[in-house]
Amino acid sequence: MNGAHALIQSLICEKVEHIFGYAGATICPAVDALKEHPEIGYTLVRTEQNAGHMASGYARLSGKVGVCMVTSGPGATNLITGIATAYMDSIPILAITGQVPSGLLGRDIFQEVDITGAVAPFIKHSYLVKNANDIPRIVKEAFHIASTGRPGPVLIDVPIDVQEQELSGEFSFPETVNIRGYKPSVRGNELQIKRVIEAISQAKQPLICAGGGVVLSGAKEELLELAERCQIPVVKTMMGISLMPTEHPLNMGLIGAHGNVCANKALVKADLLIMVGARAADRAIINPMEIQRRMPLIHIDVDPAEIGKNMQAQIPLVGNVKVILRQMLDRNPPETDSAEWRSFLRDYRQAELGRRFPRRDGYVFPGTVLRSLGRKLDDNAIICADVGQNQIFTCKYLPQKNGRFLTSGGLGTMGYSIPAAIGAKVAAPERQTVAICGDGSFQMSMNELAAIRAAAMDIKIVLFRNHTLGLVNQIQRSNPYHGPFGVDLEGSPDFAIIASAYGVPSMVADDEDRLDEVLDRFLATPGCCLLICEVHPDVKTTD
Amino acid sequence: MKQTISVLVENQAGVLNRITNLFARRAFNIESLAVGTTDDPTISRITIIVDSGNSVVEQVEKQLNKLIDVIKVRTLDERNLIGRELVLIKVNATSKTRQDIMTICELMGARVADISPSSLTLELSDTPDRIEVFEDMLRPFSIKALARTGVIALQKGSSNI
Repeated sequence: MNGAHALIQSLICEKVEHIFGYAGATICPAVDALKEHPEIGYTLVRTEQNAGHMASGYARLSGKVGVCMVTSGPGATNLITGIATAYMDSIPILAITGQVPSGLLGRDIFQEVDITGAVAPFIKHSYLVKNANDIPRIVKEAFHIASTGRPGPVLIDVPIDVQEQELSGEFSFPETVNIRGYKPSVRGNELQIKRVIEAISQAKQPLICAGGGVVLSGAKEELLELAERCQIPVVKTMMGISLMPTEHPLNMGLIGAHGNVCANKALVKADLLIMVGARAADRAIINPMEIQRRMPLIHIDVDPAEIGKNMQAQIPLVGNVKVILRQMLDRNPPETDSAEWRSFLRDYRQAELGRRFPRRDGYVFPGTVLRSLGRKLDDNAIICADVGQNQIFTCKYLPQKNGRFLTSGGLGTMGYSIPAAIGAKVAAPERQTVAICGDGSFQMSMNELAAIRAAAMDIKIVLFRNHTLGLVNQIQRSNPYHGPFGVDLEGSPDFAIIASAYGVPSMVADDEDRLDEVLDRFLATPGCCLLICEVHPDVKTTD
Repeated sequence: MKQTISVLVENQAGVLNRITNLFARRAFNIESLAVGTTDDPTISRITIIVDSGNSVVEQVEKQLNKLIDVIKVRTLDERNLIGRELVLIKVNATSKTRQDIMTICELMGARVADISPSSLTLELSDTPDRIEVFEDMLRPFSIKALARTGVIALQKGSSNI
């Protein structure tokens, strides 16, 4: 058996069912080996960046490591944004890259690039394989590292001669992993947990701030149970949005610069803040020092480096969020005396949810579309929002049920929604999947309509067309800038014709009186469908 | 405040790159860095001196710990460590000045590593403070070249990392 077959066999041992990839010369041996394994599905992307995003969407829905495989040089460098995107949101993906022959490394030969060096600042770990006999161990370690502790991307760079090298013995896949420098904590310290319960029982205005870590560790039920049992209102960061249905009485919405008023109010007024699987980065918590000064902080995270990085915690609690929340629940935390606090917040929340949106003839307002769309979606629908105004509007106004919300929260990578939706659809083909983007972000990944078409995927795409890069335009219209420049999407194609060129039907929403009817038709269309929503270029996320 | 961080890492290609990359990316400043293998040939010890506040050093430690190739990280207790550095100094030396230089060497416990009609190359292994004193004393004779290894350090007593 050669290295390439050992690589594919190792992936099979790790129960890999799908690979997103783009072939090229130096990855040919691995692709050739893959050909013999029809049990592994394969999606050919149209640019390598999207292989990373698809693997990310797949990982987030399947709970497994998403795998992408590309060639050396430009294939690898194109994938970099996909890797960085996954890193910032702690998504477990494995990137396999082909590499030039190991004997020629460092000579700048055709399609050679130092990819392990290039991705170093934003990857959990990487390997450059020098010997085919190491492949089973490396693959085993890579899956372990990507999926445990704080998840993240791992890269394996395999020179073509190593793929062709014969193994010295029989192929055998290790059963266990032992990396002496990598032993992530799982259980929380019992003494600290006791202190947390005490702090909760004394709080009058407690607040939980839940982030992506809760989703990643699959602790949604535990979080809800804790919030309900102790009657603690919950705010969320962008990565935690789908943790609670919008109408849940304890749900106070999204915090941050682009968040809900009610959630930000709660964040300033609380007397105890419990951060769970959240990083407190600038977009979520604008002024960490101020919050820190006002209230004690309990910080629960699997990554010890997150604690004290942006905010100092009174009670740090390191470990798997799901395990820690379960440990807390086992101690029977009491119901807090928070009735007054909850009713105070609920008034704000109701006012915000009942908010009326502006109307303009010949246009639809994104908030109006999303509110209506959200009501019509399946209970467990998967929503993938892109980056820009569409992301902010979706976060603020799309009613959440019990589905999943995927977006590029940390890196803010435009063009994420469509490939992420494809990856999610591969992982959960039976679930309704909707990608939401703007005319800027759509044009960054509309080439993937080919991947959708090739697999006849049922993905609905909502496109807010305002002929401009809306969020940048909005920033340029405020201090200290002097008006929009370089943001008008002049020269954009007719998206209906683009869609139809890919065999995708489309419809237009430009009249709010007929919105319900259009949305019903859109969602009832079999297979992929594009809904082009005409949005006025002056619309701001604060309207 | 100067602090000494001792890091045990896998003795493998690319590990030093990961460490220095991390310092660059997180905007931590390195004062000095020294690497060498330990008694276990699969493990290297990296000694890093940083000049930063406690919260920065704590974050450095945590970020280093996240690297898979890092086996152990410890910030050494400054009052209780042995820190040594090796310096090689090539200084102008004629028959007139040679004796004065030798006196300084004797006082500081330095050795002559090489001699030529117009120069002396001296070696001294000592604490960074004393090496600086040595350097200052030699400066009037005109230093032609100087190389320092960076500090290596171990905790005093029987405790270990």
